[in-house]
Amino acid sequence: MTFADLDVVSLSRLQFGLTAMYHFLFVPLTLGLAVLLAIMETVYVMTGREIWRRMVKFWGALFGINFAMGVATGVTMEFQFGTNWAYYSHYVGDVFGAPLAIEGLMAFFLEATFIGLFFFGWERLSKVGHLAVTWLLALATNLSALWILIANGWMQNPVGATFNPDTMRMEVSDFSALIFNPVAQAKFVHTVSAGYVTGAVFVLAVSAFYMLRLRHMELAKRSATVAASFGLAAALSVVVLGDESGYTTGENQRMKLAAIEAMWKTEPAPASFTLFGIPDAEARETRYEVRIPWMLGLIATRSISKEVAGIEDLVKDVELRIRFGLMAYEALEKIKADRTDAMARAKLEATSAELGYALLLKKIRPDVLNATDAEITRAAWSTVPPISPLFWSFRIMVGLGVFFIALFATAFVLASRGRIDASRTFLWVALLALPTPWVAAELGWIVAEVGRQPWVIEGVMPTFLAVSSVSAGNVWATLIGFVAFYSALAVVDLVLMVKTIRMGPDRLLGPARPESGHGRPLSASPIAAE
Amino acid sequence: MPFDYELLRLIWWALLGALLIGFAVMDGFDLGVATLLPFVARSDGERRIVINTVGPVWEGNQVWLVLGAGAIFAAWPALYAAAFSGFYLAMFVVLCALILRPVGFKFRSKIHDKRWRSFWDWALFAGGFVPALIFGVAVGNALQGAPFRFDDELRMTYEGSFLGLLNPFALFCGFVSVIMLIMHGGCYLALKSDEPVASRAAFAARQAAFILIVAMIVGGVCMELGVNTYRIVGAIDTSGPSNPLLKAVEVRLGGVSANYARHLWMLAAPAAALAGAAIAGTLTIYRRDGAAFVASAISVAGVVATAGVSLFPFLLPSSLAPDQSLTVWDASSSELTLGIMLVAVVIFLPIIVAYTAWAYRVLRGRVTLAAIRSDTSSY
Repeated sequence: MTFADLDVVSLSRLQFGLTAMYHFLFVPLTLGLAVLLAIMETVYVMTGREIWRRMVKFWGALFGINFAMGVATGVTMEFQFGTNWAYYSHYVGDVFGAPLAIEGLMAFFLEATFIGLFFFGWERLSKVGHLAVTWLLALATNLSALWILIANGWMQNPVGATFNPDTMRMEVSDFSALIFNPVAQAKFVHTVSAGYVTGAVFVLAVSAFYMLRLRHMELAKRSATVAASFGLAAALSVVVLGDESGYTTGENQRMKLAAIEAMWKTEPAPASFTLFGIPDAEARETRYEVRIPWMLGLIATRSISKEVAGIEDLVKDVELRIRFGLMAYEALEKIKADRTDAMARAKLEATSAELGYALLLKKIRPDVLNATDAEITRAAWSTVPPISPLFWSFRIMVGLGVFFIALFATAFVLASRGRIDASRTFLWVALLALPTPWVAAELGWIVAEVGRQPWVIEGVMPTFLAVSSVSAGNVWATLIGFVAFYSALAVVDLVLMVKTIRMGPDRLLGPARPESGHGRPLSASPIAAE
Repeated sequence: MPFDYELLRLIWWALLGALLIGFAVMDGFDLGVATLLPFVARSDGERRIVINTVGPVWEGNQVWLVLGAGAIFAAWPALYAAAFSGFYLAMFVVLCALILRPVGFKFRSKIHDKRWRSFWDWALFAGGFVPALIFGVAVGNALQGAPFRFDDELRMTYEGSFLGLLNPFALFCGFVSVIMLIMHGGCYLALKSDEPVASRAAFAARQAAFILIVAMIVGGVCMELGVNTYRIVGAIDTSGPSNPLLKAVEVRLGGVSANYARHLWMLAAPAAALAGAAIAGTLTIYRRDGAAFVASAISVAGVVATAGVSLFPFLLPSSLAPDQSLTVWDASSSELTLGIMLVAVVIFLPIIVAYTAWAYRVLRGRVTLAAIRSDTSSY
């Protein structure tokens, strides 16, 4: 297949994937820096020392550039559901739209209003008033992530909704199930922790850059110390809570878990974890495996007695679900012909949970009720997501998670001895670590979203049915437009970020005001000294 | 549930209007300010004054758009699907223009280079003018009906083209939208900026206000004589399932006044649009800037409401298959979702209004060049 043959589905997925990954370059830094700013400003208000105010203003300037890009690219994400995924919008808008709208009401409004006050309120608000603004800003960014992940969690684990044949769509039946969806909760804590790690690595790396050049030492050492402690807590939490999402994945998306593990056959409990291997999707096996006994069973089932299902068994399970789904589909066809057919309605109600599985056949033939056994088997195998990208993305992500713990543990030890600037080797490692949290975050999304394929909503709606009825030419036009436009913006954004960092706090904020009252020289351990 | 389905749908129709009015009034003034930027401000200092009048507030204002779209998604999913995918390329152009805004505000004054700044000034102009125009064009198309139809699984196909959106009446509505926001942005600048920008902005607002009055009357005559109007014939179950395939609709040329004759109270919308503009225009002569801005906001609300009530009970008529038009009665979310979302709005909207008002109070006063130069956060 060449690029010219791409259909609307592939193009729309490519566009959504690219714009989402681009948007998520800015989100984690916003999440992490917002909390770090609030922490730094708290220290400022508690100690009254000017240096902490300058830290908030300096990191705030970088936060502002990043935030503007996040806001700008976020609107694209919301609009795309309507422009490119119109049937999705119709089919699940009743459920999926609510958390998005509540995100706007509860979080985004607060965030976007208070960011203005954060920058322009320094001279107009009291110290405590401005601190409250900063904390509310940090709270709002986190609440924003919560509601977006409730929406996304529902795509992974569609609880609390049922199909309504009169409106031909999914409708909310239990809103609290939607909110307290365990997948959404696990994703939320994992994602915000990843954002905190990103913020901490960013502050640590830029501070390391200054310390290597012996510039802005006062600001850099304090910032690195804050980043070290905050980052260590965040890195521990991202791994532990990542394990929690492993557990919920095991419960709800068994196929995703099996694909991540490239586990073709069900293993006797407790399953082993494949540390390394070369998955071969053609032969349905994984070569050169290096395994850790028991580990997967423990992560996925929290027991040593429960099985973790392999791909081949899961596919058989899907075949059965497709057959149930066909019953639902047949009943739905009858209802469409005669809206008063009570028997068909009863039958649909009993089987509608599997309706989505029948829709998988639509890719193979439009008249799904005539599907042959071979076609049903083919449709069942289509529920296996691409193995290799998942297998590798997951392992690199986990590896980076371990690296973050090591990085911040080292930083923390150095900082608590007041020697954060002592080792040039460490400072170089910290500087070079700058891109790694973004790599981990993007790979995490690949695991989550590629792992959900071929579903756009797990078990309910296949991705290929979700698109708008727009022409491939139109999607090509917007895809090329986004790539060109976003690339130009990325260049501008990077130039400004680098320029701001190079300027440093002194040229950006002007010379420091003399400390009033209890000013004293910087001691070896800034935190301990205060 | 204390409200029945029919009432919930009506409430959500009104709320949709309220959110779109919120967008037009709040984000509208900074779109208008951006449109006026190259014309009312000549030197770099003047332009920085203009930009910094909206600098601290545009992000909050833009959330009205995000929230408006989110509310359509949650409460009127069929409308969301039909309008956004139908106006596909237009939406893309709006998005690009809107993305230019945040980036322009943030990046423009970061580099001391004349060409860099001039480039971003024009980018900001486009970021204000283009969305103002296209949102107006979109409303113009909604008023005439859009060429879409559904199949029996409610999958929508749209049979129009991008150029088809740019028909004369729609372009005229785009013009009305731009003029309206120039009036509104001009009133805001008159209130918030320093001389000589403020006087120039007041002058522009006054011109725009009087053009808007004429344009609204011309638009009304067009609607009465030359634009298709839609009417549900026979019975429709106002509490029935949200399925747009279960009714019959008749189309006739012109006759929008029939809708106002049926619901006389709806005349309040165009009346507010005209009276607000007349008062705003007059007050700018006497430089009663605060009062002029309020009158202008009332006018903007009236214009948006006029479009909404002229269509009622339709949200988006289909010119291709009129029977499948989207109406208040058959394009909403389920009763449960509308109820939950209503609770969310009742709790959070007053909070939003309260802290927004507080933020504007904190930021009160005119923006001066001296203040900009002394604050390193300025744009």
